[in-house]
Amino acid sequence: MGFLDIRRATKSYGAVKILHETNISVEEGEFLVLVGPSGCGKSTLLNMIAGLEEVTTGDIAIKGRSMNGVRPAERNIAMVFQSYALYPNMNVAKNIAFGLEMHGVPKPERDKAVAQVADLLQITHLLDRKPGQLSGGQRQRVAMGRALVRDPDVFLFDEPLSNLDAKLRVDMRTEIKKLHRKLRTTIVYVTHDQIEALTLSTRIAVMFGGHVQQLGTPKEIYDTPANMFVAGFMGSPSMNLFPATIAVEEGRAVAKARCGGGGEVALPFAEGRGFEAQAGREIVLGLRPEAITDRDGADRQSRAVHVVDVPVEITEPAGSDTFVMAHLGGKEVTGRFRADVDVRPGEVFPFAINMEKAVAFDPTTELRIA
Amino acid sequence: MASDVRAGASAAAIRPVGAPGSSQVIRTGGTARVAIYLILGLFCLYYLLPLYVMVVNSLKPLSEIQAGGMMSLPRDWTVEPWGKAWSTAQIGVAATGLRPFFLNSILMVVPAVALSTVLGAMNGYVLTKWRFRGDTWVFGMLLFACFIPFQMVLIPMARLLGLMGLAGTVPGLIFVHLVYGIGFSTLYFKNYYQQFPTELVRAAQIDGAGFFTIFRRIMLPSSGPIAVVCIIWQFTNIWNDFLFGASFSDFDSQPMTVALNNLVQSSTGVKEYNVHFAGAIMAALPTLLVYVVAGRYFVRGLMAGSVKG
Repeated sequence: MGFLDIRRATKSYGAVKILHETNISVEEGEFLVLVGPSGCGKSTLLNMIAGLEEVTTGDIAIKGRSMNGVRPAERNIAMVFQSYALYPNMNVAKNIAFGLEMHGVPKPERDKAVAQVADLLQITHLLDRKPGQLSGGQRQRVAMGRALVRDPDVFLFDEPLSNLDAKLRVDMRTEIKKLHRKLRTTIVYVTHDQIEALTLSTRIAVMFGGHVQQLGTPKEIYDTPANMFVAGFMGSPSMNLFPATIAVEEGRAVAKARCGGGGEVALPFAEGRGFEAQAGREIVLGLRPEAITDRDGADRQSRAVHVVDVPVEITEPAGSDTFVMAHLGGKEVTGRFRADVDVRPGEVFPFAINMEKAVAFDPTTELRIA
Repeated sequence: MASDVRAGASAAAIRPVGAPGSSQVIRTGGTARVAIYLILGLFCLYYLLPLYVMVVNSLKPLSEIQAGGMMSLPRDWTVEPWGKAWSTAQIGVAATGLRPFFLNSILMVVPAVALSTVLGAMNGYVLTKWRFRGDTWVFGMLLFACFIPFQMVLIPMARLLGLMGLAGTVPGLIFVHLVYGIGFSTLYFKNYYQQFPTELVRAAQIDGAGFFTIFRRIMLPSSGPIAVVCIIWQFTNIWNDFLFGASFSDFDSQPMTVALNNLVQSSTGVKEYNVHFAGAIMAALPTLLVYVVAGRYFVRGLMAGSVKG
């Protein structure tokens, strides 16, 4: 049993099922990120933990106590909203202290707690201002201060960074991570940004269509996605997925795929993946862009780098890397090459493909085979 | 006339309300400007002329009016008609002046406006932030109050007031205006609160605030603009109402409007036009005052409700 337990929880509005049966157990101090496209049910699940929405069936428990029917204020949780939801008529200090006031904490203690939190977040100089006079980043800090001051069991974040501009978002991301390291609090964080999910979390739940598609550490999610949705959703640029056929050549399993120029490439799998017995099987091969690179950029640790000649279609220099597009298995694939590799569109170039990182999916069930 | 209207419209576009001196000001040539001001001046005259006639004639002795000088300034300035209208003029059967009825109107309008505004705010709050099954239906029924012609409810309302023991009393009038007022005030506040972020209510819920605390501490302090609109609207309507006042009041609970009518109707020989004018101005002053004091907020509030940005 964990610190926060979501046990067989579902949510329906009438006949429409928003969230299918979900089981997640969060340990104390964990940073769980719920990530998925809009409408996947992640915000609904967060609101159910907060108590803003009732659970239709199942149960959510915090510290072993079932929260069904418990009002949000009595769950000992705090929430940071996407719009920050600062009370416009109160100054920053009152905003932060409001929750304490509602819970009957006497004024001297409130003032002390506010001062402490303001110090932690470096917003002491803003305490007398109204939310309307603050910048986006400052509002974000105040919203976090309002959550922190309550010293809750669980912090809930609902897309807290999506209203900030790109640079500030990266800064605040780091800040949240530092805060989590420092305070060791339990956090459930909702976002649609997969980078945020990968950088912040200790565990990720990827959601789609009201189902948790995969629950795991960022590395598990990234390296071994459970299905094609997770593979395509997590990572940027997303994982290359193209059809291939398993064949056995000289006792070794290879994936055969059509190549842009009209030829065919045969990519031998790393040993011990168990594909030898499945010759002839149609699969969808998944390769991250960094597993398709130039010869010298390839991972030296890998024992299964395979070089094939592929016609280049277009290149996109991006400063630190150059992205190279080509066709494999009838699909456009993207490779992440080193920035100064001299590769030109139209020429045939040796691509180094790291088959140790390759994953294979079943084309019909879209589930990972190995 | 058609050209006047068009010129009037373009004059309004030159300086949009609420944005004085902003970059939206359109540059116009000198001739156009002169024409615009001429036309605007003309319209001002149209509107101000009746007020002028009332003020001037309320300040002159009756003999001057009878001599036929309606438009001229008084030769002998006097405030006697004002004093008479206020405290000694014949209203119906008693010579009390308008004073007691002015008080009646105040006693009616203040609670009616206050209650209908607070209840409207509460309704708007519930209908937008605490939605329940059938809430749109309830709102639809409330809206009905805005469109039912007054005449239709006269007889049922008279019966109801009788049953409640409020017939012919000021509280009875308050009740009638309250019932009619809630429709509009609910409409105003619902539209306003629809723009109000629901996340704020949720944040307050998580902070531990209850239904009424959220209303009092979060919603009401942010409702200034729409409250002003609602108060002005209700005040003007209730103060100026004649039909309900005439139908549901007794002699001692008549509002100002009905008393003014009685002042003009009851004659003890000569028609004292100067007293009538003074009385009419008295009846109009409170609403005028409300507009002068809060008029700018009215426009702002209307804007805030529609184009929040």
